[in-house]
Amino acid sequence: MSRTDVVVTGLGATTPLGGDVASTWDAMLAGRSGVSALTQEWAGQLSVRIAAQLAVDPANLIERVKLRRLDRSEAMALIAGHQAWADSGLADSGLADSGLDPERLAVSIGSGIGGAITLLNQYDVLKEHGPRRVSPHTVPMLMPNGPAAWVGLELGAQAGVHTVASACATGAEALALGLDIIRSGRADVVVAGGTEAVVHQLPIAGFASMRAMSTRNDDPEKASRPWDKGRDGFVLGEGAGALVLERADHAAARGARVYARFAGAGITSDGYDIVQPHPEGLGGIRAMNMALRDADLSGSDIVHVNAHATSTPVGDMAEVHGVRKAIGDHPVLTSTKSMSGHLLGAAGALESIATILAIRDSVVPPTINLDDPDDGLSLDVAAHKARPMDIPAALNNSFGFGGHNVALIFTRA
Amino acid sequence: MATREEITSGLAEILEEVAGVNPDDVAEEKSFTDDLDVDSLSMVEVVVAAEEKFGVKIPDNEVQNLKTVGDAVSYIEANH
Repeated sequence: MSRTDVVVTGLGATTPLGGDVASTWDAMLAGRSGVSALTQEWAGQLSVRIAAQLAVDPANLIERVKLRRLDRSEAMALIAGHQAWADSGLADSGLADSGLDPERLAVSIGSGIGGAITLLNQYDVLKEHGPRRVSPHTVPMLMPNGPAAWVGLELGAQAGVHTVASACATGAEALALGLDIIRSGRADVVVAGGTEAVVHQLPIAGFASMRAMSTRNDDPEKASRPWDKGRDGFVLGEGAGALVLERADHAAARGARVYARFAGAGITSDGYDIVQPHPEGLGGIRAMNMALRDADLSGSDIVHVNAHATSTPVGDMAEVHGVRKAIGDHPVLTSTKSMSGHLLGAAGALESIATILAIRDSVVPPTINLDDPDDGLSLDVAAHKARPMDIPAALNNSFGFGGHNVALIFTRA
Repeated sequence: MATREEITSGLAEILEEVAGVNPDDVAEEKSFTDDLDVDSLSMVEVVVAAEEKFGVKIPDNEVQNLKTVGDAVSYIEANH
């Protein structure tokens, strides 16, 4: 069966490690942490008082009046989306001058939680000042499709604007949807990714009540430590990542710079528990196997895995077991969440960017803080320092509350 | 009792905050939508902020009659 080839031609991101892809990637290769103490007044009462917050405030990039009509997750999606678009070389000035038919451009950008900060802030306004003072911009700011809609609006996309929501697998599933859209012929170019902005006391209190988060408040940079014996939960991060996905012959025809080939995707659901992963990671294993079949590769081809590994006691090891089963004992693992924190619905997008740049630069970014590896860690992890190595093909895992499992495979162009 | 000039300059402050309108562009004959580019959602914000600032009540069915800055100034002058 002949299959439409899809490539990645543009990258954009704003993260706790940097205001763009280049600075984020430099920070990853240097093993820097984006986690710091929360200094907001409300943080004092929480059991979790650390997070990975944006390195560059959106207010430095988006004009004040526009910014007050955007949820933070929308502002971040616009920053990442415009960066990815510019990086693809389609046209600095936008769609009109790109030669691209607007009816062939789609957007697929999801969020795990949506415009929660807007919802909560406007509820405060309602309680303090009454309903008449609630902003008329509230609904377009809190709706989960807002980030995708804004990016679609500003780029002029008319082939559909899509919003995936699968918790911490959102960013990856949004990319998989983009792949499907191009393969099925509904668009030539898709701007795809994820965004998340929920550094607020309520979501933090909710995750903390689940005992899912690290409480290493006195040592923020050491708090995210996937696979380490001392790990005690994930560290919340915020940010957005966007990729320009393009039909390969479309990219070739315009002489585009190609980062990597988007070779395949696998999506499964556990059907097991609303928050606990399957104890043997069966859903994740099936997703990885499905991605391999979709990419027409075998496990031995995958030399590097950018793992979901969020620094939780159970999940990190279940994934190692799954990778061994689906791929083998040879791939070099890393968890870039050790540096960026966990960007929830944006994680799959940011980590796909890291996977793609690992292929391009022949280097696996490090997993920092892996000082005392768990006894069950039976795979090679690029601990502490970046690991130079040839990477023809790599896989990125993302799993989410709800039993969502997504595996994506990228190969050298 | 605020003068028409004071009400106009108060509205100009609100318009700058809410919709990014240059205060120098605000004059009684200017239309909110056609001249100052204030969209319908921003107009709602302007009205609520003006109620607060001038201690008036501007009912929703009155807002549609406020086409120009001067219309708003007259309404506020007559009702505050």
